[in-house]
Amino acid sequence: MIANDVPAVHTRGLVKIYDDTVAVAGLDLTVARGECFGLLGPNGAGKTTTVEILEGLVDRSGGTVEIFGRTWEADERWLREQVGVSFQTTHLQEKLTVREILELFRAFFLEGKPVAQVLEEVRLVEKADARYETLSGGQKQRVAVACALVGRPALLFLDEPTTGLDPQSRRALWDVVHTFREAGGTVLLTTHYMDEAEKLCDRVAIVDHGKIIASGTPAELVAQIGAKEVVTVRLAPRDDTSDDATVETARGSLVEALEGALGVVSVRREPDALAMTVRELHDSLPALLAILAARGESILGLTTHRATLEDVFIELTGRQLRE
Amino acid sequence: MSDGARRARAIRAMVVSHMRASYREPGGLFWTYGFPILLSLVLGLAFRSRAPEAPRVAVVGAEAPVVAEKITRGGEVVAKVEARDVAERALRTGKIDAMVITEGPAVEYRFDPTRPEARLAKALADHELQKASGADPKVATKDTIVTEVGARYIDFLWPGLLGLGLMSTGLWGIGFSLADMRAKKLLRRIVATPMRRSDFLASFLLVRVVLLLVEIPPLLIFGRLFFSISVRGSPLALVLTLLLGALLFASMGLLLASRSQNPQIVSGLINVVSFPMYLGSGVFFSASRFPPAVEPFLRVLPLTALNDALRGIVTDGAGLSEVHRPLLYLLAWNVVVFALAVRLFKFR
Repeated sequence: MIANDVPAVHTRGLVKIYDDTVAVAGLDLTVARGECFGLLGPNGAGKTTTVEILEGLVDRSGGTVEIFGRTWEADERWLREQVGVSFQTTHLQEKLTVREILELFRAFFLEGKPVAQVLEEVRLVEKADARYETLSGGQKQRVAVACALVGRPALLFLDEPTTGLDPQSRRALWDVVHTFREAGGTVLLTTHYMDEAEKLCDRVAIVDHGKIIASGTPAELVAQIGAKEVVTVRLAPRDDTSDDATVETARGSLVEALEGALGVVSVRREPDALAMTVRELHDSLPALLAILAARGESILGLTTHRATLEDVFIELTGRQLRE
Repeated sequence: MSDGARRARAIRAMVVSHMRASYREPGGLFWTYGFPILLSLVLGLAFRSRAPEAPRVAVVGAEAPVVAEKITRGGEVVAKVEARDVAERALRTGKIDAMVITEGPAVEYRFDPTRPEARLAKALADHELQKASGADPKVATKDTIVTEVGARYIDFLWPGLLGLGLMSTGLWGIGFSLADMRAKKLLRRIVATPMRRSDFLASFLLVRVVLLLVEIPPLLIFGRLFFSISVRGSPLALVLTLLLGALLFASMGLLLASRSQNPQIVSGLINVVSFPMYLGSGVFFSASRFPPAVEPFLRVLPLTALNDALRGIVTDGAGLSEVHRPLLYLLAWNVVVFALAVRLFKFR
């Protein structure tokens, strides 16, 4: 039985070193029971390695890992019954049908869910008798998640469950997570889609270079960068004859001026555009426009959006997530 | 549910999945049934027992028509009258086996004594010519023709093909499919379930045993119908031999796929392991054709022992006691290879 007061996942000082690269560099993480926790970060941040260590599939180089208060070393057999995993990419048996694959995985577990129910949850009832090789990428990914669900796990690990999927499959998988949580399940997922994290996760941790650089609820993280809105302005190229260096100097001084404007937290240069993170739109926007007008810049377009986890990531690392 | 029952359920589910997957793979069916049947048909036809061809000679010279008629009279030799240059060319290119020259006092035979057919042609032609010319045989003789089932090439080949089939289905069926599962991370996905790793490996051996029951009977029936080959020895010994052979090569498949992440490397390993046995284990020709220095090495190969046992049972009518030595040898191989495979096998 699972004791009520232990967290689902608890790891301290997690380290993984491959030959000469440090994949995980001292990572602390606690996921409460019934929570949906998201690990966010760009490719190569160490998310997958972290998850695979927590799944008991990769040996760690240092640190402690407890799942429901137990360790993989001492209680692997018991833990395997509690944990459902879905890898970033899984190729299941091509020649088997969806139903046959689920029946196979169901047979590995002491207690499980009826295959028909799982098929319904992942919305693959009409594909139940189709061979795996005939499915689309999104359908295959849903089968992989179904294989994780069919053992009726208490904790579900989803490694980039929706990467590269069509919108319909994404929504179907989001619903699967909701249903699973309504039944009291705990989820640890990795993603590099910020909207996915905001939609599904109670708490998120941003991972970069094998470390957690920020964590909290999505709202807390956005609040942490001290900004609510992002203003993006597209500027016309300057049609004077001055050389590149002169243009560059002009742009640099423009950015400096904008950074000094009222309520501006940061200014980021993007190709053909400037993105400004601001505290309050009504304070900063007039000031920004005034500066641009004074410098003779002509504005091709202007958009604003509420700051998201994406902006948090860029703010913290200076890089885009999907690099 | 008891732990035993749930383990049995997991293993059974794996076995059923393997079976389904293998029978939905048209290529797999070909290698199991098509290949041995096709090979035995082709080789059986090529080496079939046929009426011996009569030697051919060309007769030249002044007496040619008379001599040719005498040589041909007994029906053992085909003799034709030819112009000298035509006959010489035919002899050079092997279209005839010997040339008979009827010029001068003695009949001259021109032939290459290093060619057995040529010597046979000369001897038969001479014999026929002497007989037709009135020479009396010194000793009375008579011919009895023998073509017995069991002495044909196909009788030698067929048990060897059974052994070869066990080897290739074991090595490729288990080794390559495991390598493929590892490359696709399916192996790792299964490790992430409560199924025991040893049960997982055992399910592969079990699949081979079950498939054996399905694979062998059609092949035996085919051999019976097309080549009238029946198993003369003990059926129990045959079943035991097939079982040991199938399990051995399945374990060997596990062993060869135990580490590598790359299916290409595994298929290379399988080729390296199977090639010496393919040629040296007496599948197509007896291992004793190799120089005596090489033979002890060929005796070590497990397929040699398997083929010896199969041939003993199928062709020579051996029982369990006659083949106990190769069987014990196969058993020893089984133990060693399986232990190594379990020890070395990595699931990651």
